[in-house]
Amino acid sequence: MESVSACSKLNKTLRQHYLNLPQGGKCQVTYIWIDGSGEGLRNKTRTLDEEPKSIADIPEWNFDGSSTDQSKGSNSDMYLVPVQMFRDPFILDPNKLVLCEVLKYNREPAETNRRISCNKVMEATKEHCVWFGMEQEYCLLSMDRYPYRWPKGGFPRPQGPYYCAVGADCVYGRDIVECHYKACLYAGIKICGTNAEVMPGQWEFQVGPCEGIDVADHLWVARFILHRVCEDFGLLATMDPKPMEGNWNGSGCHTNVSTKQMREEGGLKYIEQAIKKLSQRHQEHISVYDPHGGEDNKRRLTGHHETANIEVFSHGVANRGASIRIPRQVGQDGRGYFEDRRPAANCDPYSVAEAIVRTCLLEGEDGE
Amino acid sequence: MATSASACLSKVVKQRYMELPQGDKVQAMYIWIDGTGEGLRCKTRTLDSEPKSIEDLPEWNFDGSSTSQSEGSNSDMYLIPAAMFRDPFRRDPNKLVLCEVMKYNHKPTETNLRLACNKVMDMVKDQHPWFGMEQEYTILGTDGHPFGWPSNGFPGPQGPYYCGVGADKAYGRDVVEAHYKACLYAGVDICGTNAEVMPAQWEFQVGPTEGIKMGDHLWVARFILHRVCEDFGVVASFDPKPIQGNWNGAGCHTNFSTKEMREEGGLKAIEESIERLGKRHHYHIRAYDPKGGLDNARRLTGRHETSSIHEFSAGVANRGASIRIPRSVGQEKKGYFEDRRPSANCDPYAVTEALIRTCLLAEEGEEPTEY
Repeated sequence: MESVSACSKLNKTLRQHYLNLPQGGKCQVTYIWIDGSGEGLRNKTRTLDEEPKSIADIPEWNFDGSSTDQSKGSNSDMYLVPVQMFRDPFILDPNKLVLCEVLKYNREPAETNRRISCNKVMEATKEHCVWFGMEQEYCLLSMDRYPYRWPKGGFPRPQGPYYCAVGADCVYGRDIVECHYKACLYAGIKICGTNAEVMPGQWEFQVGPCEGIDVADHLWVARFILHRVCEDFGLLATMDPKPMEGNWNGSGCHTNVSTKQMREEGGLKYIEQAIKKLSQRHQEHISVYDPHGGEDNKRRLTGHHETANIEVFSHGVANRGASIRIPRQVGQDGRGYFEDRRPAANCDPYSVAEAIVRTCLLEGEDGE
Repeated sequence: MATSASACLSKVVKQRYMELPQGDKVQAMYIWIDGTGEGLRCKTRTLDSEPKSIEDLPEWNFDGSSTSQSEGSNSDMYLIPAAMFRDPFRRDPNKLVLCEVMKYNHKPTETNLRLACNKVMDMVKDQHPWFGMEQEYTILGTDGHPFGWPSNGFPGPQGPYYCGVGADKAYGRDVVEAHYKACLYAGVDICGTNAEVMPAQWEFQVGPTEGIKMGDHLWVARFILHRVCEDFGVVASFDPKPIQGNWNGAGCHTNFSTKEMREEGGLKAIEESIERLGKRHHYHIRAYDPKGGLDNARRLTGRHETSSIHEFSAGVANRGASIRIPRSVGQEKKGYFEDRRPSANCDPYAVTEALIRTCLLAEEGEEPTEY
């Protein structure tokens, strides 16, 4: 089997000729939503008669939920409700990408629409000005689903030289990363950095600092853009938390959190209070930190490869083997933020952000 | 890989020539439907100045014996310009011109279904019939196998491909993006696209468009698709069941409304139309593919989100029915309905004419009424 897809070999000069065609005043709007798996993204496009200036100008739409595991064929219509608009880095201005919430036929949220309850919790705590930064790790795969550029039927040299590396013997697929970064900046995603990761072919980008629900909206669209860039190159991106068994790192989505109080003088005491509350609800958090109730993370959170053991909650300054890490600088300044290292790379950021805010800020809240 | 030889010709070289100025001369590409009722043909002529409207375009003719439309001994056939669009391949000021075909005696050819459709649309123009057609199609390599599928084999089962993103889910998006832009440039009323349930299967939607324009715009959108695929070296197929087995077929779901249906209480007019359609199922089935229903017999099985070809059914939000009333229409009690029976290779003139005859002219029975 070929490493790259057939479509990536279609003539791109030719494609550019078509994409350069003027489109009058019409605007192409691509609606993006999360499907029934809670991990997959779907999209379709419509023409609007003029460029929408804000989300309010974008109409609701609907789709066939029986084709995305979200409803039955006999009652299949589901609603798409636009929530955030971005510029389209593939077909360019004035065209848009629009992230949507999904509602069932009776306008109740779909099972994998976790945004609705996250939004309620963010609204209830907005005076705390909660900021998030999420570090999305992922691996590049060839079309045969083996890691990109790994020798077929074999392995590269062991981990060590690859993290933040340069050079063709250590860096696999930088083109995708560079293109994804530019595309996100163009689109208006709050992407704040990238680096090569410990496993060859593994990369990370960071989204944030964002207040409240924005971190999750921006992260979902950043993931869409990543899959779309990889599609263009004819490769795959996987957010599986443990793509290769053995002495190879897994992929997480470390989540950095702070409130206004934590960021001010003496904030360390609020960070420590939050960590104490988190320590009392470890299993509840683990169950929402991947889309399978913690089963995915079991393969990753082993206590090795810079992870904490899934069974035990721990924390420490500058400790990458702990569930929660307080950065050394924060320890020294006495204020700042903390990093929850438990979420898996394929987590739903709405569920992660909601759980953290509930536990740390909404006292007396029980369950999920 | 199964793309054509001409796709490998240098597009950079081509671009140099395509950029050459042409003075005031204009290239007009005449497009027509051939004797199969599914195939499209085209040829180009130079005009001395840019035509401002369809009236500025002269009639032309062609050799019908080469397109299964006449005998060699009496082969001239007439091309009558019917609708004009900007040319997205050669760009302004050049044009694409959709034509009707007439025989030597100025009667319409067997596959010129536009003439009869236009007469019927004229009769009901006060009701402002709007259509939206959802054209499904499959991208194939030049070896006839779906594009991106492993050679001699199949991809993983359906599920992840509908509206998918990623190289393992979306096969051939370049073609779709190029086609969408080309249609917008040309002035075709293209209103959306999405990846379909089978990998390498896609859909675009044309509409809402009134009357005869539905057929015109859809035929030109199909021409543009074939032309874009030709450039990329792949092939678009409108076969309604390209792959046997647990793989979706390709349809051309047709959405329909009149002014009355779109206004307050319009649901009543929708239900009346559906009742009339329910009594004329076989008449419509014969009009809904170019082989009197034989093509659709391979697709309308009752599985893969189709209704059975043998029975008529209707339901709100029901994708297994012949007619689906969208959920929002059921709630607002006005809007439109969707006829899910037409095949991907249908003639949109035949489909839209049949809907008008049954729903608005209240015809019954197996034959169309002569007016």
